[in-house]
Amino acid sequence: MSTASIGAPAILPSSGGVRGALSDLFWRRPGLLLVLMLLPPVLWLGIIYLGSLFALLLQSFFSIDEFSGLINREFTLKTYGELLNPSNLDIIVRTVVMAALVTIGAALVAFPIAYYAARYAQGKWKALFYLGIMLPLWSSYLVKVYAWKLILAKEGILGWLFAKLHLTFILDAWLSLPIVGGNSLSVSATGTFIVFVYVWLPFMVLPLQAALERVPGNLIEASADLGATPRQTFRSVLFPLALPGLVAGSIFTFSLTLGDYIIPQIIGTSRLFIGQAVYAQQGTAGNIPLAAAFTVVPIVVMGFYLWGAKRLGAFDAL
Amino acid sequence: MTPAVSFQKVSRHFGSVRAVDAVDLEIAPSEFFAMLGPSGSGKTTCLRLIAGFEQPTAGHIEIFGESADGVPPYRRNVNTVFQDYALFPHLNVLDNVAYGLMVKGAGKAERLAAAEEALKLVQLPGYGGRRPGQLSGGQRQRVALARALVNRPKVLLLDEPLGALDLKLRENMQEELKTLQKALGITFVFVTHDQGEALSMADRVAVFNEGRIVQVGTPNDIYQHPRSRFVADFVGSSNVVPPDFVQRYCGQRRWGSLRPEAIRIARETSGDGVTARVVSTAYHGSSTRVAVEADGLRLNVTVPAGAPLPGEGETVVLTFNRDQLHLMEDGA
Repeated sequence: MSTASIGAPAILPSSGGVRGALSDLFWRRPGLLLVLMLLPPVLWLGIIYLGSLFALLLQSFFSIDEFSGLINREFTLKTYGELLNPSNLDIIVRTVVMAALVTIGAALVAFPIAYYAARYAQGKWKALFYLGIMLPLWSSYLVKVYAWKLILAKEGILGWLFAKLHLTFILDAWLSLPIVGGNSLSVSATGTFIVFVYVWLPFMVLPLQAALERVPGNLIEASADLGATPRQTFRSVLFPLALPGLVAGSIFTFSLTLGDYIIPQIIGTSRLFIGQAVYAQQGTAGNIPLAAAFTVVPIVVMGFYLWGAKRLGAFDAL
Repeated sequence: MTPAVSFQKVSRHFGSVRAVDAVDLEIAPSEFFAMLGPSGSGKTTCLRLIAGFEQPTAGHIEIFGESADGVPPYRRNVNTVFQDYALFPHLNVLDNVAYGLMVKGAGKAERLAAAEEALKLVQLPGYGGRRPGQLSGGQRQRVALARALVNRPKVLLLDEPLGALDLKLRENMQEELKTLQKALGITFVFVTHDQGEALSMADRVAVFNEGRIVQVGTPNDIYQHPRSRFVADFVGSSNVVPPDFVQRYCGQRRWGSLRPEAIRIARETSGDGVTARVVSTAYHGSSTRVAVEADGLRLNVTVPAGAPLPGEGETVVLTFNRDQLHLMEDGA
């Protein structure tokens, strides 16, 4: 019993003024504070962001008059029908296949890195891991893509390395294959794939690492204790528990590849990807409805992708 | 008879830390063996060495006569009940219990039947469809036990399995574990820092301190005849008395221990007892613990319920039988 506490009041007076009154009000009505905090971002997201997206989607139900080049503002599915033209379908299939391959490639490269970072790296090694993953994100995307053009060029460092190792014949054999090959890596679909994997890799590593970090180490031990070999532990415990992270990462790699138009323009063949098609249709061709219809494709593909992932139980461990 | 587990000069060092230091140990088949010690004393590391999660830095481990050197956990017929249960969150209770049989290639019908049987054994029949997250701590504990027992291990390791349970549940589980062990005849190795738990459940107890075993024996042995000050201090609440005190009553200059229930307390100031002053009293239901001070020495005395209680600050006389004063071999 200190003597100081005897004279003190049991209830302290309000700190006074508008700020004191506001503090008391927010304490009594926490919902009010929440509304005030959420209002600006919700307005931004709802009106400016989603609003423009819906305006764009609306355009996809218009069509273009082939003679005058004017937009005919009557609802029609004619533009969507154009997507099924062999040349447009070709673009869609190419892009989706590339996005799927890039996702698988990124997952294969990312998993060991994420696993090491989540289970083994500590202290400065962990800091080095984050730096290594984030550093490429700090430099300009264009610079990186042009750097890759030089690396993959016929006289580039990769070709030089193959020559030094007397393995040029492997590179040549690969480049002579149809579809994936070309004159050099920098003008082949293989080159596009390599650069896509490189550029989107951090978006796969980080969610995967976060998911693996949440897997308690003793589950791995428990699995081994119950007689599971490392392979069985991977298949039955580690992989299912890392799946939400893998799905989160693949949403990034898949959707970013679906929408990108710069990488395939700089590196790869002259065949178009969806992003390039959108760019061409809304720009030089002035066909906004078709560009909008192309934009809907990745959204629909992603919708199916998430639906499938959910059905496979990818989010069960969340 | 081949021991279930045998340690020969086993050490496990982590850098300069000697978690386990030259431990010799033999655990008999079908024994309920407790490893008791404060945190960081090396008891859990010993358990992990048996499970195979750690490999010894030096020394040799045998399980039922077979060398465990370099043998990974998944090739040992030993199962563990983990401290925080380590149930697989993405599997339901039945699949958790059936996991060990699943990875060994048992058919679905066979393993699910065995898992249901094991759930019955731990009194959780019909809980198979739930997720571990939907169970209480005590239920998770039982699932972890069933998951280990369904594999019919040669040795069952339990790492502080009751630590997270409340008192009533813990007492129930202690009894159940003991009954289960008797019925199944499996060797149980039980790690705990709770001396009451170790004494009440185990056939034999090993007391650990700083990476070494300081005493192995039956609970009675450990309680009545602690070898060292550490054991007397840690096991139960014996009064550790210094050589000066012991010399006055037994003539030998050795550290001794005197259990609180061996001391009688009396109000009269005559007789040849030790004069002491009462410092505090604490009521425990069936008895009252009285802390007294005599010659600068702090002693605990247990007074059974019903006996007259001295008040705080009162002067009393303590008496005890000389043969109750246990002399210790080791002053450490």
